[in-house]
Amino acid sequence: MTTKSSERAEVRTEPDVIAFRGHLRELAFRIEMTTLEQTKFITAASELVRNMLVHGGGGEVTLEEVTNGARVGIRLTFRDEGPGIADITQAMQDGFSTAGSLGLGLPGAKRLANEFDLKSTPGRGTTVTIISWKNGR
Amino acid sequence: MGDFLLVTIQVDLYDRLALTLESDLIRLVSETGARGVLIEISGVSLVDSFMGRILGNISSMTRLLSAETVVVGMQPAVAITLVELGLTLPGVQTALNVERGLALLRQRISATETGDLGATADDDEE
Repeated sequence: MTTKSSERAEVRTEPDVIAFRGHLRELAFRIEMTTLEQTKFITAASELVRNMLVHGGGGEVTLEEVTNGARVGIRLTFRDEGPGIADITQAMQDGFSTAGSLGLGLPGAKRLANEFDLKSTPGRGTTVTIISWKNGR
Repeated sequence: MGDFLLVTIQVDLYDRLALTLESDLIRLVSETGARGVLIEISGVSLVDSFMGRILGNISSMTRLLSAETVVVGMQPAVAITLVELGLTLPGVQTALNVERGLALLRQRISATETGDLGATADDDEE
């Protein structure tokens, strides 16, 4: 996999989220994602960035345009230094929430993205990575 | 619109604004005694679980105030994404556009008045 471009954004406040979403649209537009792909991609990112704010106390997102052979996509890495996730299996279940929300953020983001990875260490933080490929592959 | 309120959302709402919409709308229903609320979202390209929850809340809260809410104009990409997200929006009525939304509102409001809405068979005859 090759990284064509990379930028980092701190997301700690609501204005940061709005700016971040704008960035996502630009990137999605630049690689010519379809409306549906863009909607899924930005919705997944919206869930993950909210998790980062609500649970992680804010953090950093890396936005990368990536290629893998003929494939073109966007990789997002959400990194926080929050409390981490105690039980990842539980967190990946639909409906499970520690914040009184709908509990769809993590499993939903995984369904909406093409690739998903989660690493977390309780007491140290959480890193979630997703890749959305143009043309879904 | 007479007894109805029409809310047209033309941007992707961020969280604080969505919460403001929720509380403003409920207050407005209470103050005006509106019987129906139409939320027009054809300009909304992002509905995530937070926004979905707001729409669900608005539906439930307005129902407590004797009003019915219908969400109209959902973008197809949004509908597809919501299903994949796993957000079913139970209790949220939807319609394709304002015209159909109004028809649905009138139907639901008259149904609540005659007790036909989701009524269980009540055999009170002696």
